[in-house]
Amino acid sequence: MQFTRRDTLVMGAGAAIATFMPLQAFADLVEDETDTFADGGAVSDGGVEVTAPEIAENGNTVPISVSAPGAVSILVLASGNPQPRVIEFGFGPRAGSSSASTRCRLAGTQNIIALAKMADGSVMRGTAAVKVTIGGCGG
Amino acid sequence: MADNVKPRVRVPRSAAAGEAFEIKTLISHTMESGARKDGDGNIIPRSIINEFICDFNGENVITAKLEGAISTNPYIQFEASIEESGTFTFTWNDDDGSVYTDSKDIAVG
Repeated sequence: MQFTRRDTLVMGAGAAIATFMPLQAFADLVEDETDTFADGGAVSDGGVEVTAPEIAENGNTVPISVSAPGAVSILVLASGNPQPRVIEFGFGPRAGSSSASTRCRLAGTQNIIALAKMADGSVMRGTAAVKVTIGGCGG
Repeated sequence: MADNVKPRVRVPRSAAAGEAFEIKTLISHTMESGARKDGDGNIIPRSIINEFICDFNGENVITAKLEGAISTNPYIQFEASIEESGTFTFTWNDDDGSVYTDSKDIAVG
């Protein structure tokens, strides 16, 4: 079977759509979660520090830390996971700081998004990009 | 998955009043995410610890809502700040209704 120029173009376009479609779908999920967390209010960038490795060899355990001085709660989202929610921290009166660390699973190379809700109700956002060599969703 | 669950917590023995210090917690748990399939292509049902709570003398330090994206043997590290001696209590709530607890005493001074 011979490929014409047209066939090649169509296949290329199909492959591109197949590659980007799921990522788009996950991006919508992130927006939904953001809206829910912010109660539909505005989200401003900055004020939240997300620490994650630039390159994670194993997506099954990726150490992440979030810190947002003055935050009452922090929601961590993974933009490229089938279910973007990772963890939601709530800080009580005995918390020493509005920061916490954990280890998460990442399906592939993507952004970690941390949303921090401040005491006055405003929501701040911080992101960190992580390259994942081996995904952690066991697909 | 109520067997072989062992919480481990590291809290300093003493702390200065009003100064933040680190607490590290780890609990052994498979954290089956509900996204994996077994050899026959059937989805393995989700079985995770969905909530973690740390209190000090009845006052809340931190709560965490865990999702399927948290790794096996969930590790959580955070900071606390206390004014008097007392006891930290740690609670993990499992999807299957099990509750795992641990506690640690700390002295101020």
